[in-house]
Amino acid sequence: MSATELSVFGRPNDRLRRRRRVNRVIELIAWLAAAVGVALLGVLVGYVALRGASQLSLGLLTKPQVPYALTSVSQGLANAFVGSLVIVGIATAMALPFGMLIAIYVSEFAPRAIKGFVGLVLDTLAGIPAIVVGIFVYGLLVVGHGQSGLDGSFAYAIIMLPFVARSTIEILALVPSSLREAGLALGAPRWRTTLGVVLPHAIGGILTGAVLAVARVAGETAPLLLTTSIVGQGIAWNPLHAMQTVPVAIYELADSPVPSDHALAWAGAFVLIVFILIVSLTARWLAGRSRRKLTGISR
Amino acid sequence: MTELVSESSSIVPAVRVETKRQPLPPREQLETVFEIQDLDALYGSKPALKGVSFDVYKNLVTAIIGPSGCGKSTFIRCLNRMNDLVPGFRQHGTIRYHGYDISTRDVDPVAVRRTIGMVFQRPNPFPKSIFDNVAWGLKVLGMKDGLNDRVEKALTQAALWDEVKDRLKTNAMGLSGGQQQRLCIARAIAVEPDVVLMDEPASALDPIATQKIEELMHGLKSEYTFVIVTHNMQQAARVADMTAFFSISRGEEGQRWGELIEYDGTEKIFTAPSDKRTEDYVTGRFG
Repeated sequence: MSATELSVFGRPNDRLRRRRRVNRVIELIAWLAAAVGVALLGVLVGYVALRGASQLSLGLLTKPQVPYALTSVSQGLANAFVGSLVIVGIATAMALPFGMLIAIYVSEFAPRAIKGFVGLVLDTLAGIPAIVVGIFVYGLLVVGHGQSGLDGSFAYAIIMLPFVARSTIEILALVPSSLREAGLALGAPRWRTTLGVVLPHAIGGILTGAVLAVARVAGETAPLLLTTSIVGQGIAWNPLHAMQTVPVAIYELADSPVPSDHALAWAGAFVLIVFILIVSLTARWLAGRSRRKLTGISR
Repeated sequence: MTELVSESSSIVPAVRVETKRQPLPPREQLETVFEIQDLDALYGSKPALKGVSFDVYKNLVTAIIGPSGCGKSTFIRCLNRMNDLVPGFRQHGTIRYHGYDISTRDVDPVAVRRTIGMVFQRPNPFPKSIFDNVAWGLKVLGMKDGLNDRVEKALTQAALWDEVKDRLKTNAMGLSGGQQQRLCIARAIAVEPDVVLMDEPASALDPIATQKIEELMHGLKSEYTFVIVTHNMQQAARVADMTAFFSISRGEEGQRWGELIEYDGTEKIFTAPSDKRTEDYVTGRFG
């Protein structure tokens, strides 16, 4: 290169300067978008915490609601937390194995045409609004039998299923085919290879997906309104009866004429956010742990 | 190179290597393991191999050499039905294994792979402990008696025992590439196969690791029959008793497929091949 060509490094011309300016502007816009995203979460959590501050205490987690409490008696949301925990737990127990089996079939056994078809069905299922799932379960299970926590679990499971199956399919696709070949080349049947080689390799990712599905579903209100919202007082553990849940409690309390109920709703919302945050962190931790295990860096 | 020109009467291969190979016994005394006849292989409508016929003998190392794309890997994967996993793969012709045709649909590929093991190009240990890597196959195949001894024997045969005996419970992914590949060999021979297929087992390894794997093949061929695909002619010359040279043939409309050009004792293939194409390849003029 001659000296004149190199001189462009020393003295930027107008075009270069403009490019640099455009670059800086675009970078700034992207940075702002990211900052707004983070700020949004911060403001939301802070605002919710602030509005619910008067009700944020240990009693929130240990005492049940006192319905129609016109005086400001000390009450909590323990009944709602118990109900949500039981319902989400049962829903996970239903959706996780079922979703995993769907994913195993699709990615390990199914011919290509069926693979695409099941994928389409799962995407459609994932797109069905929660209220529609609620009405479906209402018509199927609630009418004539009455509400129960189990009905709510069933509705939640329907919502979780496509998420669990989809994420598991994606995780199984990441399992290197060389591992499957290694198992099969030993003379192991397909199902043994799937169970003994493919699943252990993928289990961290599968659980991460399941945990995220829990986070996704835990705040869904619409299906619960139709399936498990007419509840008695006090803490109830039996899913055969209707159970109070956090989202439904928030919905009802927000509508209450009593000001202290509003604070209780905010406090419930705050706990829900914290729960989802913890669940997401768990998912990240699980993913990181399985990644370390698979690459052998841990030990 | 001047010497080479003056000695134009005999071929001087580009590859000249030390070998521990014993002279081959006459072919009548060799037991046939695979009898391959008119094997064609296709991916969809694209031919990968055409008209391959030759016999693989027991307790020998048979090398498959040839340029990239000549169907070496496709061929070796036919021998244990690994290609069944490839969508759209078809094959014609017969592959008799101890006289029994294993290429037909009614033969269970799982049963075939049970006695014909395989080691792959890239080390692919399970993300389990070193012990479990070897023990898994044994457990699956119900060979649970004396599990510890079997694992130790396999690791010893694969020349890995001394390096890993104090950390059998650690994750196999922490081993070096060469150690991982020897672990894969241990895993393959632990289940006592009859044949071990090796698809370029050393192509991802450094020369020292490669040497170790070649040495253990020498040590183990009294017990097993090895078929090895290799890119590396030195390697074929060092380890193989018999060598099959595959090459690419071109048809009209730009079609390409692999063909067996020549199959003979390794010594002969590398010093006095009967086909011009083999000669060009082993002397480094082509490929």
